[in-house]
Amino acid sequence: MSRETNESPVAESPNPRRRFLRSTTALIGAAAGSAPALAQTAVPQAESALPVPESMKAPGAPVGGKLYGEPSPFERKAIRNVNPNLPQYISASSRTPLGELDGIITPSGLFYERHHGGVPAIDPALHRLMLHGLVKTPLVFTVDELRRFPSESRIHFLECSGNPSYKKPYGKTASDLMGLVSCAEWTGVALKTLLDEASLLPSAKWVVAEGADAAGMTRSIPIEKCLEDALVVYSQNGERLRPEQGYPIRLLLPGYEGNMSVKWLRRLHVLDAPVHSREETSKYTDLMPDGRARQFTFYMEAKSIITSPSGGQRIPSPGFVEIRGLAWSGHGKIARVDVSVDGGRNWASSSLQEPVLSRALTRFRHAWRWDGQPAVIQSRAVDETGYVQPVFSQLLGERGDNSLYHNNSVQPWRIAADGEVTNGNA
Amino acid sequence: MATRDRMTACLHVGSVAFALSMGVLCAPASAQSRYGIGHAATPAQVAAWNLDVSPDGGNLPAGQGSVSHGREVFANQCAACHGARGEGGSLGDKLAGGQGTLATPTPVRTVGSYWPYATTLFDYVRRAMPLNAPQSLSNEDVYAVSGYVLHLNGLLAEDAVVSAKTLTELKMPNRDGFVSDPRPDVRNTGCLRDCIK
Repeated sequence: MSRETNESPVAESPNPRRRFLRSTTALIGAAAGSAPALAQTAVPQAESALPVPESMKAPGAPVGGKLYGEPSPFERKAIRNVNPNLPQYISASSRTPLGELDGIITPSGLFYERHHGGVPAIDPALHRLMLHGLVKTPLVFTVDELRRFPSESRIHFLECSGNPSYKKPYGKTASDLMGLVSCAEWTGVALKTLLDEASLLPSAKWVVAEGADAAGMTRSIPIEKCLEDALVVYSQNGERLRPEQGYPIRLLLPGYEGNMSVKWLRRLHVLDAPVHSREETSKYTDLMPDGRARQFTFYMEAKSIITSPSGGQRIPSPGFVEIRGLAWSGHGKIARVDVSVDGGRNWASSSLQEPVLSRALTRFRHAWRWDGQPAVIQSRAVDETGYVQPVFSQLLGERGDNSLYHNNSVQPWRIAADGEVTNGNA
Repeated sequence: MATRDRMTACLHVGSVAFALSMGVLCAPASAQSRYGIGHAATPAQVAAWNLDVSPDGGNLPAGQGSVSHGREVFANQCAACHGARGEGGSLGDKLAGGQGTLATPTPVRTVGSYWPYATTLFDYVRRAMPLNAPQSLSNEDVYAVSGYVLHLNGLLAEDAVVSAKTLTELKMPNRDGFVSDPRPDVRNTGCLRDCIK
C-alpha cells in the first residue's frame, strides 16, 4: 500500500460520518475478511442540560496579565517526567511527557534534559566561544558576534542514546520508555561557516566540542559531520535557548546521539584524531556480549512509538480509536510507519502527517476500530535508506542486554479488555 | 566593536563585481577572510582554556604526583562518593576491579577494566572532579590521584610517581577492547502478513 492511497479512505470524503464508515469498513473488512454489519447504536445523549458557559457572561482576564504565557491550569499532567528516586540530580535526566503531547514540535519547557554537571547559569555578555587547533586563525566569538553570521533555522529531533534501557524493569509509559527524545526548530549559524572563518588546515579531521558546565562536557566529532549539517544554535522554537538547553549557545548535530550536541558550548578544538574523552570511552560506548565495546556509535537509527493510546492511558470504550505516534531516524526522512494491532502478526502502513522532515520527529496516524478484546498494538518505522526498525529480540540477540545505548526496538502496548494500556514487553 | 583587519582589507579591492563573483564578501584580500566577525585568539588565551588531553599526551601539563599523595587526595576529595578504595557508592562509579568481567552477564566497567587510555583519567578528573568543585585540584593533585586510582587497579606500584610520561606510556588492559560502529547490525525484513509462524 502506497502512502498516497493509504491516506484516501479516511481523508477523501468531506462528510465525517461517511469517512468514518468507509474507513472502518475497509479496516475490519481487511482484518476479518468479511464486510461487517456496522450496527448503528443510538448516539448517547449528552448531559441533560447544557448551560451557556459562564465564560461568556463576563469579561475574561485582561491582556498583559502574563507577560510570558503558560499552559492552562487544567493541564497539570503535561510536565517533565523525573525519576523521584535518584541518588543525585546533578548528572541526571528528565523526560518529555510524550503521551500528553500532539505534533512534532516539543514545547521548550518540556524538552527532555540530560545534564552531566547540572544546569549552569551563564551571562551571555560574559560567554565566549573559542575555536582553535588545526586552523589558520584561532578565533574567539561573543554571542552577539555569532548572531551576526548568516542564520539558519531547521527542525530536528534530539535523542539521548540511552532511550530506553535494555534491562528490566521496563518503563510503564511512553515517557518512561522513550521520553528522552524531543524535537524543536533550531536557529543558529552553520558550524561550517565558523570553521571556514577560521580556515581549516588540511590535517583537520576531528573537532572536540566542550561545554561551559561543571562537567566540562567533551565529545569528539568527525570533521565531515561538522561540515555537513552541524549548527551552533542560539534559539529554539523561535526564542533564545532555555538554560537547560544550553543557553546561550549549544551545538546541534542532527541525527547524532544527544550528548554530542554539547550544551553551553564554549570551545571547539580542531584536531587530527579524537581526544578519547571520558564520555566517548568510559561512557557512551556499547558493550557487546564478547566483551568488546563499540565506540563512536554516533547515529540514532530509525525508531517509532505509539503515543496514543500508550502505557498508563485507557481506551474509554470499544469503537473508533485513532492510533497516533511519532517516528524518527538519524539517517534522514521517515519513509513509512507500519502499525500492527494483532501482536505483530499483520502490519499495515499508517498515514504520515506532513511535514515529513529529515532527522525530525514525524507524526503518524492509523484508524482502528477496537472490538473490546485484549490486543497488542505496536509501530515500526522505515526510513528513507530502507532500514526497518527492529524488534527487541533481534537487538538482544545481536547485542545482548549490557550495551546500554541505542535500543531502537519496536515498542508493543498491551490493551486489556477494560481498555487499560500497559507495556507489552513487561 | 573592532572587526578584524582582513575585513578592512577587503574594502580596498575596488571591484564589487569581482568580489561577488568569488561568492564571498571579501575573498580577494585574504583567502581565509569570510565575514571578518570575531577576534583572533592569542596563544595565551588558548592555553588558559584548553583542557583537552589526548592519548598521545598532548597538552598534559608539567609536574608530577605520587601514588602515596594520591591516597590522601582520594580520601579527602573522592572517597565520600567512590568509596575508600574506589569500590563505588550510591553517588559515584566503581573505579577499581572488574578486570575479566566484560564478557560476562554482569560486566563491571571501571578505570582498570574498561578505560582504554590513562590520559583520559587525568583529563576527566581535572575538568570534572570532584563533582561539587571541579577544576579545584592542582595539576600535581590530579597526577597523584590519577596514579592512586591506577594503583587501586593494580596498574601502578604503591611507590610510583606519575607524570605525563607515565600516563602516556601506560598501556591500559582494555586498550584494544574497542571496535568501530558496525551498524546496521540487525535486519528486520519488514514482514507485512502472517509474520508470526
